[in-house]
Amino acid sequence: MIAKRIIPCLDVRDGRVVKGVRFEGIRDVASPVEMAHFYNDAGADELVFYDITASSEGRKLFTDVLKQVASEVFIPLTVGGGINTLEDFERVLRCGADKVSVNSGAVNDPSLIERAAHKYGDQCVVLSMDIKRVDGRFRVFKNGNRVDTGLDALEWAKYGEDHGAGELVVNSIDTDGVKQGFDLEMLAAIQARVRIPVIASGGAGRKEDFLALFEAGVADAGLAASIFHFREVAISDLKHYLSENGVHVRV
Amino acid sequence: MIAIIDYGCGNLFSLSSSLTSLGEHWQITADKNELEQADKLILPGVGAFGDAADKLHKTGLDAVLKEAAGAGKPILGICLGMQLLFEQSHEYGEHAGLGLLKGTIEPLAGDIRPELKIPHMGWNELHIIRNDEILRRNQEGDSVYFVHSFYAKGCEGNLIATAEYDAAVPALVGKDNVYGAQFHPEKSGRVGLNLLKSFAEL
Repeated sequence: MIAKRIIPCLDVRDGRVVKGVRFEGIRDVASPVEMAHFYNDAGADELVFYDITASSEGRKLFTDVLKQVASEVFIPLTVGGGINTLEDFERVLRCGADKVSVNSGAVNDPSLIERAAHKYGDQCVVLSMDIKRVDGRFRVFKNGNRVDTGLDALEWAKYGEDHGAGELVVNSIDTDGVKQGFDLEMLAAIQARVRIPVIASGGAGRKEDFLALFEAGVADAGLAASIFHFREVAISDLKHYLSENGVHVRV
Repeated sequence: MIAIIDYGCGNLFSLSSSLTSLGEHWQITADKNELEQADKLILPGVGAFGDAADKLHKTGLDAVLKEAAGAGKPILGICLGMQLLFEQSHEYGEHAGLGLLKGTIEPLAGDIRPELKIPHMGWNELHIIRNDEILRRNQEGDSVYFVHSFYAKGCEGNLIATAEYDAAVPALVGKDNVYGAQFHPEKSGRVGLNLLKSFAEL
């Protein structure tokens, strides 16, 4: 059967990895290419590169490093950040991305999901949602969690699935950075609403948090950034731990 | 020289890069002379079967592939490229394939439990049915990366490996010099590179 996935996410600005300091045995922790090799060797099932660059020069640096990563690391690569148009899809797919993650761009123009799915296939379109509780409901935020879109997260997830999103990333703003575990309540609500794979993001602090996530049966993959970058959790240890505890992972 | 057949279906960047990393020479081409000169052919493919089959037919590449197969040249179809090797597909209508392998392409939906997700996407394990040269660097239980919603049926005689997804999904098939991988070896890490290397050495 399909294995549960462990996905490290790397934020990239001007072609360099942001947040990535404590690494032994890596010369340049800010190099996306070196980090990609490191995580691939550690057993990461997929890599997410998030481009947080604002300038067009930075965009060019990003696609250059993406191309280099894709020519050296042969596992699925997802790219997000600044994806607003089909041209943005084309730009990163041509450089070796397998999936493209849309967030604010899809909120601003929901037709982007359907147009991209039609052109590149459902499997290529990942709808990423930043979600926060507002008045007891799950609400979608955009622009780096600053703007409340007013969209209901469960409705938006369903809309995404119905219009060709192949996967959902559910990032809980409420648990992000707190390191007390994934937002199982939010994930369960989303999972109950869609059939496409759900990637959980936000809140992982320890390997036990991933076990709780998969035992709850509310996600197909767990995504995290700083705990992997700071070696608080090593991916190879995590996967062995999950496997020993009965979670089906690729080891 | 390995020729990667360029017929406008699929992103060839990772595939060509993976061959480069293995030290293999390759070219991406649709030129009949170049395809005839090549030692081996890879038929990639992403998208819809009918559209891809039309493109192969209109460009005359279907005849080139059939001739190469008959002449004993090693051919590897990947994902949709694998499905095109079969006789027929029922993906949105009825479409003829190359007919190099016996069997048809059918939807996974309906053949697996409804709670299982479609596409069959992610890492799944190979269960080896038959030992073959192309698996000499691989072993039982190797994980490979799949993305597909349709699968081959009626190909029992040519199964090399399957993957369990409620149904036993044909993952690797082969008959003489004609091979097909439903998964993406160019996205399956070291395991996938091993398979490509073994193909390159056939």
